[in-house]
Amino acid sequence: MSHFYIRCPNCGPRACSEFSYNGEVRPLADPAASEAAEIDRLWLRRNANGLQRERWFHAAGCRRFVTITRDTRTNIIVAQPGEPAGDVATHA
Amino acid sequence: MSGLFRGRTWWKRSELKKSYDVVIIGGGGHGMGTAYYLAKNFGITNVAVLEKNYIGAGGTGRNTTIIRSNYRTPEGIRFYERSMELFRGLSQELDINMMLSKLGHFTLAHTDSSVRVQRERGETNRLLGVDSKLIGREEIADLCPELNMSMDVAYPIQAALYHPPGSVLRHDAVVWGYATGAYHKGVHIHQGVEVTGIRKDASGKCIGVDTSEGPIDAGVVVSAVAGWTTQVCDMAGVRTPITNHPLQAFVTEPVKPMLHKILVSANLHVYVSQTDRGEFLIGSEIEPYTTYNLRSTFSFVQHSVANALDLVPQLARLKMMRQWTGYCDMTPDYSPIMGETGVENFYLDAGWGTWGFKATAVCGETMAQMAATGKTPELIAPFRLSRFADEQMVPEKAAASVSH
Repeated sequence: MSHFYIRCPNCGPRACSEFSYNGEVRPLADPAASEAAEIDRLWLRRNANGLQRERWFHAAGCRRFVTITRDTRTNIIVAQPGEPAGDVATHA
Repeated sequence: MSGLFRGRTWWKRSELKKSYDVVIIGGGGHGMGTAYYLAKNFGITNVAVLEKNYIGAGGTGRNTTIIRSNYRTPEGIRFYERSMELFRGLSQELDINMMLSKLGHFTLAHTDSSVRVQRERGETNRLLGVDSKLIGREEIADLCPELNMSMDVAYPIQAALYHPPGSVLRHDAVVWGYATGAYHKGVHIHQGVEVTGIRKDASGKCIGVDTSEGPIDAGVVVSAVAGWTTQVCDMAGVRTPITNHPLQAFVTEPVKPMLHKILVSANLHVYVSQTDRGEFLIGSEIEPYTTYNLRSTFSFVQHSVANALDLVPQLARLKMMRQWTGYCDMTPDYSPIMGETGVENFYLDAGWGTWGFKATAVCGETMAQMAATGKTPELIAPFRLSRFADEQMVPEKAAASVSH
């Protein structure tokens, strides 16, 4: 695993290997959405080459979910948990 | 005698034309294979392969060179078995020694659930005529005395799926062979030409590509770019479930032949084989997060060395020579995405995750058929992009990945 630190609001800066990756931020389920839209939400991914808003789970720590912005080209985190997301495109 | 030492023309730079019948994006094994079979099986030679880097720069040159067909689903088994058939005749056909070594392939099971999965694979394999069966500890120790069969490790070996046809071969020779074969049949190979856009007409039909060298008209466009699929599909307005994960591997210094089987451990997330040059080639599972960064990491070495030594402790004093990383364009069901995309005349050969190299030959054959006839070949029909919406997944996680 590449090495970067995620600043957990409960535990402070921790190695990313303590966290499990929960994928890019996706829209929440919309009960009024069409079936086609729901299928897209479930399966399709942006798979960004650049800034990505994503979720991590502190599996080997306090077991809290956090949301960060990471540059997938460099693995540098540009927005730690709680920081403003910045100008990131998401489908959410 | 003089023929022995004659120079060989591989491929040369061709002039980039304004129009081709078929444009293939990606000069890896899959793209070159598609070009070769288009020329050979369909006589279509007005074909260009566009590669933004050099031939075989991506997954083709980064994989661990294993080919096998002991998959889990009937769809997967038939598909990869056809690839094995093609690979067996390829050195002759393309006149390049691919050094195919039929070593035999072990998928080691260390837990009850893993034994159950391997048994299921073995039974399905044999139903479809693939030589593969579950064997117990005694037979494992007999066939591969180098393996550590000790009970004093965290995960003792319980059983293995044994697949005698499992082989390794030179991956570079595969792409060079296809490229040379295609070039001598008239295909244009363009290195250093990057596709920057997919051109469509008013009806939404694909009519060509924009490149760093200007626009090119094309009757059919095939994308065979693996790790860059999302970027090429974005240009065409096609969305996929693909995510990019890094996969790392390393080789040790070369030593005399010692290990004569290909070892894969589902539970230890590691695979080990000895190459014809004597190096031990050790790979691991994909990393869990997505990235476009190819930096290799120490934590990978640490964990794969620990697990490899659990299997073959004799390797402990070998020096590591080099380490590398590749992109894996993973799909949710661990099967590829091939064929129609919803954009007319734009076909996809993608979702190759950790299982792309062994499919090179059959991908070339089937994608050539797809591009030449416009009809989806039966072998790849189960891998259509629309299967996710229809909930017709082809679940291969148990056979395609190390991590299950």
